[in-house]
Amino acid sequence: MKYEATIGLETHIMQKTASKMFCACEYEYGAAPNTHVCPVCLGYPGALPMMNEKAIELCCKAGLLLDCEINSHSKWDRKNYFYPDMAKNYQITQADEPLCLGGHLEVDVNGELKTFTLERIHQEENAAKNTHVAGASLVDYNRAGTALMEIVSNPCMHSSEDALAYLASLKQIMEYGEISDCNPEKGQIRSDVNVSVRPVGQKELGSKVEIKNMNSFAFIQQAIEYEIDRQTSLLESGGAIVQETRGFDSDRGETFSQRTKENAHDYRYFPEPDLMPVKISTEQVELWRSELPELPVQRRTRYVNELGLPEYDAGVLTADKATSDWFERAMQHTKNAKAASNFVMGEMMRLLSEQDFSISESKVTPEKLAEIIALIDAKTISTGAGKQVFEIIFNEGGEPKKIVEEKGMTQVSDDSALESWADDAIAANPRPVEEYKAGNTASINFLMGQVMKASRGKANPGAVMQVLKKKLDAFC
Amino acid sequence: MDDLHKLTITELSEKLAAGGCTSVGIVKDVLAVIDANDGKVGAYLTVDRDSALEQARAADVARAAGVTSPLLGIPIAIKDLLNVKGQPCTCSSKILEGYIAPYDATVIAKLREVGAVLLGRVNMDEFAMGSSTENSALGKTHNPWNLGHVPGGSSGGSAACVVADEAIASLGSDTGGSIRQPAAFCGCVGVKPTYGRVSRYGLTAFASSLDQIGPLTKTVKDSAILLETLCGHDKLDSSSIEMDVPTFSENLTSDTSLVGMKLGLPKEYFVKGMDSEVEKAVRDAVEHCKSLGAEIIDVSLPHSKYAIAVYYIIATAEASANLARFDGIRYGLRIDGKDPLELYKKTRAAGFGSEVKRRIILGTYVLSSGYYDAYYKRAQKVRTLIRNDFTEVFKQCDAILAPVTPTPAYKLGEKTNDPLEMYLDDILTTPTNLAGNCALSLPCGFSSGGLPIGLQIIGDSFDEQTILKVGHAYEQTTKWHKQKPEL
Amino acid sequence: MLGEKEGMDINYVAHLARIDLTEEETTLFQGQLEQVLHYVEQLDEIDVSGVEPTAHAFPVYNILRKDEMGQSLGHSAVIANAPAASDGEIRVPKIIDQ
Ligand SMILES: [Zn+2]
Repeated sequence: MKYEATIGLETHIMQKTASKMFCACEYEYGAAPNTHVCPVCLGYPGALPMMNEKAIELCCKAGLLLDCEINSHSKWDRKNYFYPDMAKNYQITQADEPLCLGGHLEVDVNGELKTFTLERIHQEENAAKNTHVAGASLVDYNRAGTALMEIVSNPCMHSSEDALAYLASLKQIMEYGEISDCNPEKGQIRSDVNVSVRPVGQKELGSKVEIKNMNSFAFIQQAIEYEIDRQTSLLESGGAIVQETRGFDSDRGETFSQRTKENAHDYRYFPEPDLMPVKISTEQVELWRSELPELPVQRRTRYVNELGLPEYDAGVLTADKATSDWFERAMQHTKNAKAASNFVMGEMMRLLSEQDFSISESKVTPEKLAEIIALIDAKTISTGAGKQVFEIIFNEGGEPKKIVEEKGMTQVSDDSALESWADDAIAANPRPVEEYKAGNTASINFLMGQVMKASRGKANPGAVMQVLKKKLDAFC
Repeated sequence: MDDLHKLTITELSEKLAAGGCTSVGIVKDVLAVIDANDGKVGAYLTVDRDSALEQARAADVARAAGVTSPLLGIPIAIKDLLNVKGQPCTCSSKILEGYIAPYDATVIAKLREVGAVLLGRVNMDEFAMGSSTENSALGKTHNPWNLGHVPGGSSGGSAACVVADEAIASLGSDTGGSIRQPAAFCGCVGVKPTYGRVSRYGLTAFASSLDQIGPLTKTVKDSAILLETLCGHDKLDSSSIEMDVPTFSENLTSDTSLVGMKLGLPKEYFVKGMDSEVEKAVRDAVEHCKSLGAEIIDVSLPHSKYAIAVYYIIATAEASANLARFDGIRYGLRIDGKDPLELYKKTRAAGFGSEVKRRIILGTYVLSSGYYDAYYKRAQKVRTLIRNDFTEVFKQCDAILAPVTPTPAYKLGEKTNDPLEMYLDDILTTPTNLAGNCALSLPCGFSSGGLPIGLQIIGDSFDEQTILKVGHAYEQTTKWHKQKPEL
Repeated sequence: MLGEKEGMDINYVAHLARIDLTEEETTLFQGQLEQVLHYVEQLDEIDVSGVEPTAHAFPVYNILRKDEMGQSLGHSAVIANAPAASDGEIRVPKIIDQ
């Protein structure tokens, strides 16, 4: 019998807000424990939540980016469960009337375009952070109550590749939409992964296994693959899958059964009396829609159609928002898209890969790159010199023009100097000259190299070529 | 003693303005009464002597500098479920042992702004769950009119301290009658404002969709003065309504005519088993209002009889979540365990009293899987019907007259063994909390046993002014409020 | 409707509510709460079809706050209130799950 896996993801994304979901505390990653807390996010007696309008906007914008329907009426519910990371011992979330319904993502999975559908997106509040020490656990409530939205996919994926492509695309869109920074290390994107396996042809899904709270994409991939294998072999050997929550042991690359609690969860959802419902008009939705930023796929098309860049360049440049934004800024100062693209994909990415900072922190700013390109285009410096200038600025900073002057990189186009170097090269290298005369025109390149060497790279290659041709052709 | 403690806010405010006394003088006088009487009454959990005197001195300085406010320098007692920065907030529970409030409730901040003196914190039923203050884990409070009787609850301390002249006024909270019922039992004025009138921020929640903070005072006018300060929109409470607050007290004049006023008498509110003396006192009060010119009409609130059932589902469900935060982790009592689960269970077993446990369990049950629709959802729908009844009735009349309680204050210990029987006593007050509108309780007589009887004046939503006007007219033409218990 | 409401499993509910009950409390509450539940069954006699549930006495909408940072509590007050703390964090017995 053949088996197929079905995968669904519940992805929690921390939104980019200045303050928490229901209180005015700031969230700062890595801040000293329990320094960004207040009566509301600590669940002190008498404290009341107030909703953050920016979080609502970001959740709805995420929905619009994912083609969801924005619910005209949504409300808040309390989800009751006791856990030290949940200050009130209930989480404020949205049960039956979330902000966004439906939606989908089109994703390229190994060259095949697939559509993954969403069930919903709802807004909720984040939990605190627990750490474990010998004999005890410690709780830091700084993260408690931060704005968190949950994007729930339908069980519509069938392999770890599907899931990874879905997550990568989701992450990219959330970054582009400025909904979230989606930094997995900072826990800004975490997923609960549901995996089930059934015989091909069977209608109903198999028993679902849930692996909770995974942030590393690599671990998600390993966990899914392990689960599919485990469940398939279990079914093949006549066993049954237990519906359960499993943990993931990243050292072994295996999932393991978590001690099931004696009672199944009974969250006792009920409408949150402390918060009023949210009504969203179509005018509001349209206003938000008009404010949506361009998505990677739209940018890619524009780069090809309007900037005339090759598909390949457009794909590389838009893969990550920071790079693409940087490139966009450079394009405000230069018209030479291909040159800018070459520098970003070449020098910039090479140099960044050896460093520990992002493109936005680079000493080469988009404005400086535009200046370098302008110097090359004006034939003031050669492309090679341009690359040197780029690297100097990348490492040490500085102004392109000043560097060119200081290092004497200005190209020599002055005929008398060129002619003297050309005469020297022709005199010193009779063999290539002979070959050229015999019809092997490629031999001129050797002579050109000699001239460039003599000029220490400052000669304008075009001008050198002209002078050499003139002189050699005169011999004929 | 200077007898300043016997005066009302209105009287003291005039005296202060005229230079006839100082705030320090008032506070000292009231502190002396507390020293003399509170051993018997047991209203206070903590008296903040030094702080109160300091606040009084500051008020006197402010007055000398030209600041005026009817509450400037007036000592007020606080029900111990309101957070006052730097002070405990026990909710009369062991589970909040050691908790120090790091912030002021909005109403406390408002009182501070107008220069009122926070005198101390008074007893209540644990987490406001009860009708006799016998559910306090921290002490017994006695009815000043008869120390063997209960003061009512849950704001029992708030009512007892005002009647015993141990405070000029107090703050209480009303979830199902917890201001009006003790006001009736002890013989003072108590107002439950319309839901959303007064910010709940800093009020330890019992049932969030029902709780309202309100004043307990010696006269209707004093309540009006306090309400002017307490009411108003608060950006920290989503349920707080943005609406203008009238200057209630200025509209209470010496004109006691009720001509043109239509008052409704709901037949359902004279319930079976009602004490005959209570019924008579209330009917006499109705006649009295008629004599002042009011037109009395019969009205019907047919779904009010379901109020107790609805109330005990909704209030306990909300409470089961609201009280989940008392878990021994971040503040308050902790009984350690081998893991958090054991810690929770032990802490909550030791920290909560019986009535609180009973209600948490009931509330948890009605929300639990498989029962939500049958209990909670259904109760919410019946709540709609109860609300609709009031909407209809207020198309016919300006305010409703009714008893507050079926009986006068009962003896301490008399009803503690039968929770249901005690719950049923809330039948006349809970409908208003469920509908959200406002109501006032004021003295309208005494039983043959010498215990006060209360008249309830129920008003339309956000129409506190009308019930204050009717109450004021009644009060100005009767003498019940002038009677004082002998302690 | 009535048929759906079986007796309350008080031990299960007490577990959900995270309260250890003594045997006496279990017996006492079971009896008292069954009485209360029996009392509230009178709600079953009302026809509530087509009636909207009331969650808020006065429903208003979109009560929002601006996304602005405000004051947090002083760290020392937070730790002073905590029954147990180490290294600026709130200390609890070892969490076994998760
Ligand atoms: Zn906070």
